[in-house]
Amino acid sequence: MDWHQVWELVSLPDNVPIVLLLLMVPFYTWLAFREAGRNDRLIAELERDPDMRKTHHRVPYPWKPGWPKTVHVWPHLLKREFLAAIIVTVVMIVWSICLDAPLEEPANPSLTMNPSKAPWYFLGLQELLVYFDPWIAGVVLPSIILMGLMAIPYIDVNPLGNGYYTWKQRKFAIATFLFGFLVLWVLLVIIGTFIRGPGWLWFNLGETWDHHRVDHQVNYDLHELFGVTGAWQVIAFGAAFVGGFCAIVGGITHLWVVKCMPLMRKRMSLVQYATMLQLWVLMMLVVAKIIARLGFTVKNFLVTPWFNI
Amino acid sequence: MSHGHDEVPPEPETPAGEGNPGGLFTKLRAKAKSPAQLQAELKNTQVWKSIFRHKLDDSARNRSLAVLSSVFLHLHPARVNRDAVRYNFTWGMGGITFYLFVLLTLTGTLLMFYFHPSKGEAYRDIMFLQHDVPFGNLLRNMHRWCAHAMVITTWLHMMRVFMSGSYKPPREFNWNIGVLLLLFTMLLSFTGYLLPDDQLGFWAVTVGTNMARATPVMGHEGPFGPELGFTAFNDVRFALLGGSVVDANALLRAYIWHCIAIPIIASVLLIVHFWRIRKDGAISGPAPVMLASEITD
Ligand code: HEM
Repeated sequence: MDWHQVWELVSLPDNVPIVLLLLMVPFYTWLAFREAGRNDRLIAELERDPDMRKTHHRVPYPWKPGWPKTVHVWPHLLKREFLAAIIVTVVMIVWSICLDAPLEEPANPSLTMNPSKAPWYFLGLQELLVYFDPWIAGVVLPSIILMGLMAIPYIDVNPLGNGYYTWKQRKFAIATFLFGFLVLWVLLVIIGTFIRGPGWLWFNLGETWDHHRVDHQVNYDLHELFGVTGAWQVIAFGAAFVGGFCAIVGGITHLWVVKCMPLMRKRMSLVQYATMLQLWVLMMLVVAKIIARLGFTVKNFLVTPWFNI
Repeated sequence: MSHGHDEVPPEPETPAGEGNPGGLFTKLRAKAKSPAQLQAELKNTQVWKSIFRHKLDDSARNRSLAVLSSVFLHLHPARVNRDAVRYNFTWGMGGITFYLFVLLTLTGTLLMFYFHPSKGEAYRDIMFLQHDVPFGNLLRNMHRWCAHAMVITTWLHMMRVFMSGSYKPPREFNWNIGVLLLLFTMLLSFTGYLLPDDQLGFWAVTVGTNMARATPVMGHEGPFGPELGFTAFNDVRFALLGGSVVDANALLRAYIWHCIAIPIIASVLLIVHFWRIRKDGAISGPAPVMLASEITD
């Protein structure tokens, strides 16, 4: 364990925000689930007790008949906003006094930084470069992420859980979102920051960054493992594999939805349902490529002269 | 000679004081107004009345007017859901993100006074800021760390909006405005990264924009790009950088995107975002829980 290397990584000024992220994301995930738990317990009680349903104010916070349902913004909200502003100001000033922003040598195109890293918030995408062609990792996937995020309100047809935290009423939506955000975004950012060293090679945390390490690992394309040769055969094999993967994952998901979430399927139009399935399958394809590469040294499923998947 | 240091001022014959009924102090005191009187008179002046449009005593009406008659505060409604002010619901994340944006605008404007977006000068200006400009280093650090913090708080704000189901009708559109804000927040941070013109920024932006050359159809290394006649000198990456490599033109372009274009776009989106929160019926919750058994469809 090379603690010096760990310290060097963690204390790099531009990496400090990710240490912060590492603390804040779990904290807020916990907080959201704590609030969800409170609501879910209330929901269970209300479902059990029809009389309570008629009288209860339906929020897990105290309320007595006669109390107003709203409060004045001045002072009740504004005082909190002013307090928050003061705290943020103090935190930022202290942070800025204690830690200097980095400034390296002047830009020098003939002296390549190794590793050359994008700013930390893009390292998830840079990490995807390991698994995908640059046009997919750098252009297609970010576009799909943005469009997928924008589609969320239009494909999530569940009328429950509007404006309150809950887990039990929205399991599928929350699990999918958190998987995408926590694993495919935050975790990849962390891998890109702390694990990827010179040559974008994998260095476990605490392993010394050896600038002369050469990667002897050979990665195969899937058709090589299956001994497929010949220009068109290779393309046909890859297309069949990717198409088959999508069909099977889509099919299994479909069966799962129909069996376990029939109401969700019933509420969705065909366009909504197809969009949801497509995004889900694409997400699983990303996962499959990461697992294939890291676990089984398989690089591409589909190889063509123009692009690879 | 009257300026001599050794000259002693003559003693006043009768000291003005409490004990002396004819003294200046007593006369002034008799004329003086109480603070309450003064306040009342001040509030009756034309100047005061032209600025403040409502009374200040603590009444429900004035509490509402304090918010409604201020251009800065009237983004808020006069009253909110009693539980919406709980930290546990919004985490204050949207507000903190906006406050960081304000801090960034302030520190960024000050930084602009010291910064020339040209090769050689840019790096030197950062050195000046660090070592010579009063509080320059603090200014630069504040700008940098606020930018990083804003990226984090934007992500967390998105996460809270998702977890509380606040994108559901009628707030679908505002979620979309939010996604654009997320994009532009990250682009703001990214374009700023190049400006110190050091190795860190140079290689980060080189790596980042290298992806652009692989853009399908529009990049010279992307699928079908070369077939359509794109080269390193006319593709989308060239348009971003103003050249085929990260150099002086790229620095200028990053500067203009960073200091002018994206802040304007983000501000417009923020205006829409905040307007929409009001128009969608204020903050979404904590809403009364709904029960599956009560939904009929
Ligand atoms: C520059 C970034 C952003 C700023 C400054 C900002 C600011 C705010 C503020 C101040 C609120 C009021 C409630 C709160 O504080 O949580 C809010 C609400 C909201 N934001 Fe944002 N936001 C930003 C980005 C986003 C993003 C990335 C999303 C989602 C993708 C989003 C979606 C929403 C929605 C749907 C609401 C309404 C929530 C509700 O009614 O409970 N915003 N935003």
